[in-house]
Amino acid sequence: MGVGILVENLNAWYGTNHILQDINLHIPANHATALIGPSGCGKSTFVRCLNRMHETNPVARATGVVKMGDLDIYNDASPVEIRRRVGMVFQRPNPFPTMSIYDNVASGLKLNGFRNRRILDETVERSLKQAALWDEVKDDLKKKSGASISGGQQQRMCIARALAVDPEVLLMDEPASALDPVSTSKIEDLIFQLKSQYTIVIVTHNMQQAARVAENTGFFLNGKMVEFDSTHKIFTNPRDKRTEDYITGRFG
Amino acid sequence: MSTQPIPIPPARPGPMNLQSRGMRINTARRTITNHIVSGLAILATLVVLAPLAAILFYLVYKGASSLNLAFFTHVPAPVGETGGGMANSILGSGVILFVASLMGIPVGIAAGVYLAEFGRGKMLANAMRFTADVLNGVPSIVMGIAIYSLVVMPQKHFSALAGGIVLAIMMIPTVTRTTEEMLSTVPRAIREAALGLGVPKWRTVLSVSLRTASPGIITGCMLAFARVAGETAPLLFTAFGNQFWSFKLNEPIAALPLQIFVYAISPYDEWHRLAWAGSLVLIVLIMVSVTLVRIYANRGVLKGGS
Repeated sequence: MGVGILVENLNAWYGTNHILQDINLHIPANHATALIGPSGCGKSTFVRCLNRMHETNPVARATGVVKMGDLDIYNDASPVEIRRRVGMVFQRPNPFPTMSIYDNVASGLKLNGFRNRRILDETVERSLKQAALWDEVKDDLKKKSGASISGGQQQRMCIARALAVDPEVLLMDEPASALDPVSTSKIEDLIFQLKSQYTIVIVTHNMQQAARVAENTGFFLNGKMVEFDSTHKIFTNPRDKRTEDYITGRFG
Repeated sequence: MSTQPIPIPPARPGPMNLQSRGMRINTARRTITNHIVSGLAILATLVVLAPLAAILFYLVYKGASSLNLAFFTHVPAPVGETGGGMANSILGSGVILFVASLMGIPVGIAAGVYLAEFGRGKMLANAMRFTADVLNGVPSIVMGIAIYSLVVMPQKHFSALAGGIVLAIMMIPTVTRTTEEMLSTVPRAIREAALGLGVPKWRTVLSVSLRTASPGIITGCMLAFARVAGETAPLLFTAFGNQFWSFKLNEPIAALPLQIFVYAISPYDEWHRLAWAGSLVLIVLIMVSVTLVRIYANRGVLKGGS
């Protein structure tokens, strides 16, 4: 089951560049939360702070409190532990090219030393079914490289790969921006189904997408969170003038 | 989703129109330029390949006639007797190269991993990179003298081990630098995929970065191997050479390049012919071992993978 996330006074830097400034936010469990805003406003950095990927860049640092349930992710656990509980899907599909489809999906378990064949088989099948990819790839699971299937299939495989380690939170950084409309709609259907079991945070440039999949939406601008509310409220009656300008396409 | 038809803007007229006269002349000129450049590239390839093919043909022409079973089964015959072979040299080269690869490749790869994955921008890494580049340029005879004084002198005798050590040190810079280069071509996105799954960094490096870069790293190792396989000068002071069988690492051992050198500068025609045959065998053995490694490394590569 998913778990809620509480963010307090989160600040993040790349070198001397102050990317995120005093972000405060509560992301509810088992819902989809969309983050919108123009390019470079800090949305991606924000989600990367939620699974501590931000700090993999040597010049990056972050301060503040991020709590997953009761767990303070910056003080109570190692980054490796956090990333096992907070899955991530990236903007571009990033399959492991040397691995088969099966090994790609099983990689999170296998690379952490898990060897039980029966459970691996079951997990791969379950995850691929959850990602609505099973029927398309079940015959070539171990024959084809993860990089040989189409872009949309790769991205669903990457979602299956993230689900296979049974995370509580799923972060999606523009998961459909490199895909065609058919693949996009499949990914959106998927998010819709998954959000009953996982807490989903999705960054998107596509405002219709935010409106279609997310209960709550946050609007980022220049490293600050301008407004956070129910998606309906944000798109029909935003409190802040800047949010209104953005969603009506007057800038950005 | 709306079902209203989407208006399609009309195609732009003007500069893109290929029918205009100016454009047509330009196209002809581009086509000619294209042919000229392609022709030059093909010519350059031939210029590069011609000497290689010439050397190979000349070796076969000079050496093949002296090859017989005895060449591969007998030790060199004493002066004045005919016959004899280079069996002990073939084995000796194998032993020395095995020892060298066993030491040089792991150390070289480990150093390359440090440079690419852990040492970005660090002083130690810059110093290592510089050292590797300088080491790569040190003449092989200087390497030989250095190992002579560092290994052979303290041991008070020449040895296969000393030969292996000197070749290993010569392999390290090439292996290190190619490993680093190849690892830096692995996209960051793939590493992030692994880290994002909660895979520890060491495991990501081992099972994702190194595995993705492995074809290039193997090529680098093979280049280093092929380069030192033909080295003669450093072995003069270390492995020394041996006219008889030697199966011990701490004894002087024969090696093909050494035997070729000794025979080639001798005054006897019989030995000159054996030197040619030895050269041919050396080249063929290098080609065979490189090919075998490639076949072995390519097993199990998946459809559509890289």
